[in-house]
Amino acid sequence: MDLISFYIFGAIAVLASLGVVGQRNPMHSVMLLIVSFGALAGLYILLDAPFTAVTQIIIYAGAIMVLFLFVVMLLNAHTEDDLPKTALGPRALRIGIVLSLALGLEVAFALSRLGLTTFSNDPGTVSAISSVAKIGTQLFTTHAFAFEVTSILILVSMVGAVVIARKES
Amino acid sequence: MVSLNHFLILSGVLFSIGTVGVFLRRNVITILLSIEIMLNAVNLTFVAAGRYIGTVDGQIITFFVMTVAAAEAAVGLALVISLFRHRETLSPEAFTSLKW
Repeated sequence: MDLISFYIFGAIAVLASLGVVGQRNPMHSVMLLIVSFGALAGLYILLDAPFTAVTQIIIYAGAIMVLFLFVVMLLNAHTEDDLPKTALGPRALRIGIVLSLALGLEVAFALSRLGLTTFSNDPGTVSAISSVAKIGTQLFTTHAFAFEVTSILILVSMVGAVVIARKES
Repeated sequence: MVSLNHFLILSGVLFSIGTVGVFLRRNVITILLSIEIMLNAVNLTFVAAGRYIGTVDGQIITFFVMTVAAAEAAVGLALVISLFRHRETLSPEAFTSLKW
């Protein structure tokens, strides 16, 4: 059952991500990326991480992707420009694709040689991992400093975004 | 039974797709989207590893990655808007005035 769900969600995530990369219309890319994020949220549920799954949907699919959608609509750039003559040329592009495919194969090969590592099914571990209260406690005790610094980061990026995108008068 | 390997291989594949997107696309917005795919592949690794070890640390670092991704998207898209105003295009080849 778990395996079937994993393959379904994994296939959706991979196909949607391929669609994101393959589309020429940025609007379709954003929509497909939302699908991919939904599939990833399903995978997080499989990993007994419901908090992360919900955060994925709310923050990623809900907030970040809407931001992307707004920018795509604002710029009104429906299609990509035709491939211009770059200094490097299409050969460099092809080398880049081959290298990233090699990276994927390499990672898959290295991991397939690792012995099968199954997750523990101990109910204590599972309930400890999926507990939102535990995540909150950890976040506000052990990682309190990082959490506060994150708020400063968000503030800085908010001000930065406003300043950068402002019309020069 | 689903094992850690399954998730690691899946996130490796997703990361490579994101890399291909960064290399292949000639559109700044799609490049940013590909970076988001890569970030999510890494998030999946963190959560799967945390599940394997049996702690919530993987989910906590995923939370921080999401926050940083939100900040990155906000600033990145502001830059895209600003660049589009100056050059009227989204092609990264148009933004090479700082290139030596």
